[in-house]
Amino acid sequence: MQITSPSFKDNARQAMADADLQRALGNVEKGFINKRAKAVAKLPEFEDLRDSARDIKNHTLAHLDLYLEHYEKKVTEAGGKVHWAADAEEARKIILDICKSVDAKRITKGKSMISEEIALNAALEASGHEVSETDLGEYIIQLRGEHPSHIIAPAIHVNKDQVEADFRRVHDKLPPERNLEAPESLLAEARGILREKFLSADVGITGANFLVAETGSSIIVTNEGNGDLTQILPRVHIVTASLEKIVPTLEDVSQILRVLARSATGQEFSVYTTLSTGPKRAEDPDGPEEYHVVLLDNGRSSMIGTEFQDMLRCIRCGACMNHCPVYHSIGGHAYGWVYPGPMGSVLTPSLIGVDKGGQLPNASTFCGRCESVCPMRIPLPKMMRHWREREFERHLSPATTRWGLSAWAYAAKRPKLYKMITRLGAMALNLASRNKGALRWWPLAGGWTKYRDLPAPQGKTFQQMWAEQKKAARS
Amino acid sequence: MSSRETILATIRRSLHASPGDRTRAASVASRLADAPAGVIPARGQLPDDKRIKLFAKMLEDVSATVERLADAGDLPERLADFLKSHNLPPQIVCGEDELLAGLPWKKAKTLDVKTGRADGTETAGLSHAFGGVAETGTLMLLSGPANPTTVNFLPDTHVVVIRAEDIGSDYESVFARLREAYGKGNMPRTVNLITGASRSADIEQTLLLGAHGPRRLHVMIVG
Amino acid sequence: MTKRPRVSRTKTQEDTEAESGFKPGDSVALFVTCLVDLFRPSVGFAAAKLIEGRGGEVIVPQAQTCCGQPAFNSGDRDTARDIAKQVIAAFERYDHVVVPSGSCGGMISKHYSELLADDPQWAPRADALAAKTHELVSFLFDVTGMTECGETFEGSVTYHDSCSGLRELGVKRQPRRLLESAGVNIVEMKDSEVCCGFGGTFCVKYPDISNTMVGKKTANIAATGAGTLLAGDLGCLMNMAGKLRREGVDIEVRHVAEILAGMTDEPPIAGSHENHEGDL
Repeated sequence: MQITSPSFKDNARQAMADADLQRALGNVEKGFINKRAKAVAKLPEFEDLRDSARDIKNHTLAHLDLYLEHYEKKVTEAGGKVHWAADAEEARKIILDICKSVDAKRITKGKSMISEEIALNAALEASGHEVSETDLGEYIIQLRGEHPSHIIAPAIHVNKDQVEADFRRVHDKLPPERNLEAPESLLAEARGILREKFLSADVGITGANFLVAETGSSIIVTNEGNGDLTQILPRVHIVTASLEKIVPTLEDVSQILRVLARSATGQEFSVYTTLSTGPKRAEDPDGPEEYHVVLLDNGRSSMIGTEFQDMLRCIRCGACMNHCPVYHSIGGHAYGWVYPGPMGSVLTPSLIGVDKGGQLPNASTFCGRCESVCPMRIPLPKMMRHWREREFERHLSPATTRWGLSAWAYAAKRPKLYKMITRLGAMALNLASRNKGALRWWPLAGGWTKYRDLPAPQGKTFQQMWAEQKKAARS
Repeated sequence: MSSRETILATIRRSLHASPGDRTRAASVASRLADAPAGVIPARGQLPDDKRIKLFAKMLEDVSATVERLADAGDLPERLADFLKSHNLPPQIVCGEDELLAGLPWKKAKTLDVKTGRADGTETAGLSHAFGGVAETGTLMLLSGPANPTTVNFLPDTHVVVIRAEDIGSDYESVFARLREAYGKGNMPRTVNLITGASRSADIEQTLLLGAHGPRRLHVMIVG
Repeated sequence: MTKRPRVSRTKTQEDTEAESGFKPGDSVALFVTCLVDLFRPSVGFAAAKLIEGRGGEVIVPQAQTCCGQPAFNSGDRDTARDIAKQVIAAFERYDHVVVPSGSCGGMISKHYSELLADDPQWAPRADALAAKTHELVSFLFDVTGMTECGETFEGSVTYHDSCSGLRELGVKRQPRRLLESAGVNIVEMKDSEVCCGFGGTFCVKYPDISNTMVGKKTANIAATGAGTLLAGDLGCLMNMAGKLRREGVDIEVRHVAEILAGMTDEPPIAGSHENHEGDL
């Protein structure tokens, strides 16, 4: 997909001017925040489970090569095949080759952010395959020609009326007089259309929430059941997963599953958690005949050992964006690539380069709400700061910022000079405010005064007044 | 170099790990062998009867219906009653499961029991769960001729039978049973952990049941 | 990469006391913060009065300028380090360091150690300073054991939980408990824990997003009908006060220390002398 992260500021402005989007973003709060809080409150061990989940991933990342090798061995033993893809292009090629080898016409897909990351749909369609997203949200945005704006609620930016209009436009063989007012009728219509696609698909492509080294299993976690129909009905099941999805054992994945749904949707457990291991067995009446796992690196192996390694603990629950006031203001598309919100602000520069994604880690107040809810205890603000450091070191930050910063730093490191400047500043601002308590404009403060008044100082600096008081007390 | 080798080499370089490092290998081997348990919530650690009650309550919290049968022999009639009470046709599809096959189906004369996988034409499916998890009201179903996975997803109504003694406290205890049954490191093709009926909140975060899987989940606890 | 053990839980009162028990006569260095110094000295005086009220000897080290956050958060670690060392050198000799801001307090007590972790000479000094540095209200309540503020304040108040104070330092119940002791009626706003959109340089780098955030905040504030908005961080207060004033919302905005110290003679933040009756 086209990267628009460099024009983040313009994207954000457009998003904030979009009344439909702003209305839809209200659903983020309604849908997620209170539910998570309730689910967390119901489980006294939740904080300990977060520690446990973090430790499991840290251990796994420290031994990633060995777990991946064991995982591959187990997949192979079960009759499946692991394909290693260094980058998006290689991943696409592997998948296209598999589809070609089985002469696939119709392909169904479960929700997969890796599929978005490697822009798989466009490649499959260009090769003449019919591709259907089957997660309801993904289906809606596929009809709209859009990309997900949220990693677990891809169509959170879309309103019901827009869905109805899209369904009427695309499902043009259905009677136009049908009533689609209720969300239930929209769901029923999508269910009917997609059921037919499930039953006639040649290849099913899913993502994976986890890969289990002990057993060679891939795990998907869903509520709709679409992922399951995608992976049991077609002849071929392809799993797309990035390599950090690995966990050692079933016990380990049980720990992380306990924090995943609660953090994501506030459910105690998602409706369907499914472990797939290899293709169907000889005696099985259903299941795929072929099972492929495309293991994507795409820059992740280079994050290990850096200050961004902790990001590889991410389990894509979306809690960070659900709680992010910046995300609430601008939605997911403004971030300009696959991953929005705080996790995207850290991951995107790693995957597309800080020269393109550098705006994202800057657009944070460091309020820390993301870190406070992250089930994997990823220090997201700290890593956004690390990106700012990389930018600063590479002289990528804007010249005005650098100039302002160095002027300020010069004074801040010289307390006497600093005091002189602040005295003058306090006096000047105070005079300019003419006893009105605030200024409507001030040079170089346009970003501030465009939207708010600048409170006026009280006239003298604290240091000045404190010194005067002490002097008066002595004399 | 293949991508496989390149990726593994990059990881090892990033970790400053030498390929022959015995300590790392031993650490991985022991974790895989021992599969240490982590934090297990106290919630499910209950004596039999309370555990089963918790299991039922958690399922009801996620819009499933639950009934308890003292005797498996009553199941065919109770199942027929259930279908009738929901105005569903007296038909059911199920696999070759031993428990299900051994039921006195003659007691429910009107009920049409089809054996095999589901193909999307059936209105109700019947499965026998391998285990249950009281902690969250989760069912574990295993693929195979006994309980084909399609039965879990294609029919609109899914009825799951579970023996009371198969309801464990937590995921770990049910996974442990699975390991015993299949051998360590081996799995059936599909293991479904099911907690409630299919749902979606993708339209304006409004929760709707019956997205792609069953709209209705009914659990019959035997024993 | 240096891996330091993470302290994820918030300090409890007991922990804090164990680290640095307070006794009357202790020297308490006031890190006044650059914003209070420049814009609102009355907060500094209120802080001094409160600390003295607990028996602390207030000292204002002359070498203070800023905590270094603008550099730290802009990716300029070298400057941040230089300023951190300057602050450590100026403040480490005192028994306690108190900051009327969760943000600057968090910078000193959480981030200096991280900044200087690789410096064998400075790392222990940074850790030592961190252990005795406190946000003002947390210092009063958790460290000195203050439970009654001794002042009374008529009127209803709504309280914004500034992010760093709340999430880095666990400041939440302390200001409320002390305000209640002054007879204040606290009307909680919706989303009091959600960022106001200030974020230091964020508000000028991303003014449009910041404006959306502060607009939601002021709507929540106005909806309470409270007569006064309080918080513990001047940056947030200036942001909210500036927006409220631009929107013409009639509510007094003050730093919590001013109420606790009974020092409300000065006009509120962004309030004009003309409208303020207190000192005319």
